[in-house]
Amino acid sequence: MTSRDDEAASPPSAGGDATPEVTAGAVVAGPAAEVAPPGDGDPRAGSLQPPSWMAMGFLLPALLILGALVVYPIIYTVYRSFFDATGSGFVGLENYASMATDDDTLISVRNTAIWVVVGPSLVTAAGLLFAVLTERIGWSTAFKLIVFMPMAISFLASGVIFRLVYEQDPEKGVANAAIVAVHDTFSSASAYPGANPRKTDDTPVVQQGDAGPVQTKQAVPVGQQVMVPLVGIQDDELPPGAAAAKAAPAAPANGISGAVWLDFTQGGGGERGQPDASTEKGMPGMTVEAVKDGQVAAATTAGMDGTFTFQNLSAGSYTIRLPAENFAPRYAGADWLGQTLITPAIIVSYIWVWAGFAMVLIAAGLAAISREALEAARVDGATEWQVFRRVTMPLLAPVLVVVFVTLVINVLKIFDLVFIIGGGDPRASVLALQMWTESFGGGNNQGMGSAIAIVLFVLVLPAMISNIRRFRRENA
Amino acid sequence: MRHVLRLTAAGAALALTATACGGGGGGGGSEGGGEQTGTALKGVKIEVAAKWTGPEQQNFEKVLDAFEKKTGATVTYASTGENTDAFLGPRLEGGNPPDVAILPQPGLMQQYAAKDQLKPLNAEVTSAIDANYTPYWKELGSVDGKPYGLLVKSAFKSIIWYRTDAFDEAGVQPPATFDDMATKTAPTLADAGITPFTLAAASADSWTLTDWFENVYLSQAGPEKYDQLAEHEIPWTDPSVTQAMETLVKIWGKPENFDGGKAGALKGKFDSSVTDVFAREKAAMVYGGDFAAANIGTTEAKVGEGAKTFPFPKAGDTTPAVLGGDVAVALKDNKGAMELMKFLATPEAGTIWAGLGGYLSPNKNLKAEAYPDAQTKQFAQQIQASGDAARYDMSDLTPAGFGATPGEGLWEGLRSLVQNPSDIKAVQDRLEADAKNAFKD
Repeated sequence: MTSRDDEAASPPSAGGDATPEVTAGAVVAGPAAEVAPPGDGDPRAGSLQPPSWMAMGFLLPALLILGALVVYPIIYTVYRSFFDATGSGFVGLENYASMATDDDTLISVRNTAIWVVVGPSLVTAAGLLFAVLTERIGWSTAFKLIVFMPMAISFLASGVIFRLVYEQDPEKGVANAAIVAVHDTFSSASAYPGANPRKTDDTPVVQQGDAGPVQTKQAVPVGQQVMVPLVGIQDDELPPGAAAAKAAPAAPANGISGAVWLDFTQGGGGERGQPDASTEKGMPGMTVEAVKDGQVAAATTAGMDGTFTFQNLSAGSYTIRLPAENFAPRYAGADWLGQTLITPAIIVSYIWVWAGFAMVLIAAGLAAISREALEAARVDGATEWQVFRRVTMPLLAPVLVVVFVTLVINVLKIFDLVFIIGGGDPRASVLALQMWTESFGGGNNQGMGSAIAIVLFVLVLPAMISNIRRFRRENA
Repeated sequence: MRHVLRLTAAGAALALTATACGGGGGGGGSEGGGEQTGTALKGVKIEVAAKWTGPEQQNFEKVLDAFEKKTGATVTYASTGENTDAFLGPRLEGGNPPDVAILPQPGLMQQYAAKDQLKPLNAEVTSAIDANYTPYWKELGSVDGKPYGLLVKSAFKSIIWYRTDAFDEAGVQPPATFDDMATKTAPTLADAGITPFTLAAASADSWTLTDWFENVYLSQAGPEKYDQLAEHEIPWTDPSVTQAMETLVKIWGKPENFDGGKAGALKGKFDSSVTDVFAREKAAMVYGGDFAAANIGTTEAKVGEGAKTFPFPKAGDTTPAVLGGDVAVALKDNKGAMELMKFLATPEAGTIWAGLGGYLSPNKNLKAEAYPDAQTKQFAQQIQASGDAARYDMSDLTPAGFGATPGEGLWEGLRSLVQNPSDIKAVQDRLEADAKNAFKD
């Protein structure tokens, strides 16, 4: 069967072989006359070919090994997927049915889809870009070496590296460190991130929302004083030069005075709501606004001891407000491993690892393109972009397809990066990981795991078949 | 065929043990009659397997040395590595298991017992257990009423670690009740500009959340309900679970309680949650069992000075004492194995072990003075004070798919409570569905 197939599939090579055969046959004479014309396809044509039983004999060990290591496991996995966790109860298609209803599995199906759509195309694109660009620079070998280097690192180690890169704390994770550095260059941080009034009823001020503006609960009539006790930051976070807290100065007849200070005595104690000069400090530089009917009537800044005074206010009552800019929390960077970014973040690490592989293959393809075609296009007046788009790309297409399909198969079974960087987070899970989790990673349900494995197998099949078809066509 | 042979051998061993019993007089205490001379087991070879390596292994070997000296037996130690089942499984299949193995979870014991791979403990060992352990621990070591296992080393999980200088700065004292912790300690710390907690709620570290839950649940619902929930005799939608989750949400539901807020907590890993408190001083308190001392050891903080503990505060009437621990089982029924099991059940073995440090025993007759440092003494007293109410870590009693798998069951369910504290019902429904799935078999 196999030998017949091979011959049928590759008539030209058979034809090529036929010539020496004929010569050999002619020397021996006799049977040579019976040699069929090339491509005839009769398996018994060349009597010099070994008999098929011998071919089978030689193939047998390989077939046995393949059968034991590939065919049998596949069949057993299919069989096992019809049984429950213990392996003794037949459940029919229940495992497959519960795949369709189990949230975690559905998420992993979705993530696998994202991976297949995004991963291979981005890696191929990156590889193409690097390959085309490095063709034109002098130190391309060094560049290629660097881009290819991640391939030399085990995926587990790459995962650990990116786990660190994506660390939330900008002091640890380089991704967030970079983002925060850029962000802070363009917008300066607020003076008192995290400061807030106590959340008890006896404070005169209240904060709106998280890190929102702080304002007096009641409007303050002109001529009165207002106390703004805040907590939630430590002494050493106050700006240098902050002086001991003081009670609000006497209010002018046409104004409002007040004090904003850190109302927390280290080690406890101190009177709440009163500035204890010996232990508490003002909050200098705090922007304070007097608001009437939603309009800011006046604005001022607190002094070193935290006191402030509004002058020349028209009669009436004002809400004293500390705008939110005072309290804006420090920018913490992106939530890389949070719900939305976790899969894209892992895909980026995948690109980092595989771009070099794609680049090397595509560069090899590029080198094989005939220079004449490119030069002819250039002579005809094509721009570099047109040359790339109309000549290079079509000639390179077979290589791109090989790289792409290889990556698709690779992405379908992606495991290590997701396992390490995702750290078991089900929102990052992909089918291959889910299969492992269900069967060995604690789920202990190898029936379910087998079902997932079969689905994965079916998904890989089209890519495999297209690869095999193309190999055949190329050999043809 | 091999089966028959083994059975015969076992029978012969049983007979031997019986004669030995008749002669020696099974005491179960620490004395052991004429065995002082150390010849009772002369020439007997015993193999013990446990996952311990490094200092833990050395300490255990000292205990084995004492047994050798006492009985004249030769004991060899084999380390199983982290995955005990991967080591023992093939040896059990091959019919050549070690005499005694120490398993990290009771679940594994039940698994082996179900396959008839364990040997029930003989009367002598059982009476030693009766004398030294509360009935709960005996029950824990039993499968279908037959005693198989003995909890030899425990991890204490009803502890919260705190940084003393943070507490001093804010002027707060360790809280006595969960409510105090949620409404006084944490807000006061926050007022002082100190983040109250770090929380390790990353998928792979969400076992810390199960420990929070177990402590609150044991404290509120009491040991009986705790046992029922562990066995899934009451559903996860039970009102007692709702109450425990409502209690947890008093702390979990406020992002300002955690370093890095909710996003930080959901990515928090256990190791860094401890070092973030004690090395980077990002927060004041962190949940961690007695084993967190090892993590603190990597920082400059000193256990007992800069890093102290307070008992997990009561959320109800029971003082919670949740323990994890390793269970010793006999894989061969011979005199050596049973004698060793008996020895391990005695306070005598415990005292040697305790004196070496890094050890905590559920043995009720082991004196707190046996422990070398004040911190461990405090843990031991806490465990003994809880008496019959002490319980084994619930998540390790449930099927692994429910209670011990990152991203699944109880771990992820409680993690989603941190994520979405307002929807307790959804969390309960999810847990109940997962539990039904896991307990099915």
